[in-house]
Amino acid sequence: MEKEHQLPTHAASVSLPRPSGNGATTVGDEQDIEIQIRDACLFYGKKQALYNINMDIGRHEVTAFIGPSGCGKSTLLRCLNRLNDLVDGVKVTGSIKIDGRETIDPTLDVTELRKRVGMVFQKPNPFPKTIYENVAYGPRILGVSNKARLDEIVERSLRGSALWEEAKDRLHDNALGLSGGQHQRLCIARTIAVEPQIVLMDEPCSALDPIATTKIEELIHELKQNYTIVIVTHNMQQAARVSDYTAFMYLGRLIEFGKTDKLFTTPEKQETEDYITGRFG
Amino acid sequence: MPTLHTDRQYEEELQQLRAKILEMGGLVEKQISDAMTALIGRNSPQAQEVIARDHTVNYLDVATDESCTRLLALHQPAGRDLRLIMTSLKITTDLERIGDIAQNICERALELNQEAPLTFSSDLSRMAEWAQSMLRDSLDAFVREDTSLALQVCQRDEFIDSRTDELFREMLTHMTQDPQSVSRATRHLFVTKYLERIADHATNIAEMVIYMAKGKSIRHVSPPPASL
Repeated sequence: MEKEHQLPTHAASVSLPRPSGNGATTVGDEQDIEIQIRDACLFYGKKQALYNINMDIGRHEVTAFIGPSGCGKSTLLRCLNRLNDLVDGVKVTGSIKIDGRETIDPTLDVTELRKRVGMVFQKPNPFPKTIYENVAYGPRILGVSNKARLDEIVERSLRGSALWEEAKDRLHDNALGLSGGQHQRLCIARTIAVEPQIVLMDEPCSALDPIATTKIEELIHELKQNYTIVIVTHNMQQAARVSDYTAFMYLGRLIEFGKTDKLFTTPEKQETEDYITGRFG
Repeated sequence: MPTLHTDRQYEEELQQLRAKILEMGGLVEKQISDAMTALIGRNSPQAQEVIARDHTVNYLDVATDESCTRLLALHQPAGRDLRLIMTSLKITTDLERIGDIAQNICERALELNQEAPLTFSSDLSRMAEWAQSMLRDSLDAFVREDTSLALQVCQRDEFIDSRTDELFREMLTHMTQDPQSVSRATRHLFVTKYLERIADHATNIAEMVIYMAKGKSIRHVSPPPASL
């Protein structure tokens, strides 16, 4: 008997009380907090890469992490779906909660976590399979085998990633025949096919041309209706364009976190001002 | 001392933008000063020189706009650089309008020089000194990013406004007493209003300097705040 594809319902998620008096960098009183990071530190062996990060990330908001290379932004992003577990000798302390559930807990089912927290990488990595199979891969692993249901998921995901019109007549062609920009949108379709709550994007446009980049940026605006998005980007203009909130990191520390328009016009900290105006180092 | 930009070309273009604003500011100050000398000294050739020089102010206005457009398009500025460019775009319009006012003063001077001098003094020189000092201080505040001086300029505008009202009343009294003077006194009234407008433009510049330095807008706040 077919096991039905159980998708997490956003409505069931827990609304956390506002943190108070713990030094957290919060983003606004009205906001529904989905990810709560408290005193998060990360060590690669003896080397500390993140220092006491405190941050609240709101539901259905786009949050951008910016900062120079090696500042820890990708490391912090990877903490959110425990991808750093794949690196030997990594230790994370503090607390990273998603909807009130601690993700640092070693007994946590990481596969379940990664189903809820999808990820899109810098370099598009489609499987050498058909477009259809790329998107259907995740749901199949989660137990969906009903053809009509899979068709529905594939269409919805490709529409959601703005690829449907370009791909609907070639669903059974090899995905490797698509362009770079289409590859990335296919990877986004593959990510949202399993209906995550949160989509992490690590430099999703750095390998794309300006037109493909614009499409992904437009897509981010649409995706935030249904998903919480956390994006790491080296492109500050991109962060300014797509995000609601921006976190500036430097040498493993969170220097400033706030509304994107404020951070890019009147930042509070001198280090942020120097970085966004290109007066760094 | 702010850290220099890592992109030297960008840093240089920002410096050139500041320099253009200062060049334009200096020229506009001279235009106003010469216009008032021409008016009070009944010097028509000098008035004509000021009118002829207005095209240089207009040229600098266009050149500043072009520099700002180029910086915005090529460098996508943020933070203080963005605020400098936004401020420059606004300041240049105010300076260009002050340049036009200098020309207007000279046009009135040329008209007045066709007629006999007024028999009463309208105290335009003092009014001009106040307006010019506000303009000078607003430009100094821009150079030094001095927000307390800029705030002082904003606070002085109210005094100029009240002085303008007083001058209006005085001129009306003279006109009532000497109807023959109405045409000339009306031109003096125009000049009074022009000087009051210069003070308004200087206030706009000072407000933008506060925005540039602190990222804080105090525009359309009346009266201006006592402190920042």
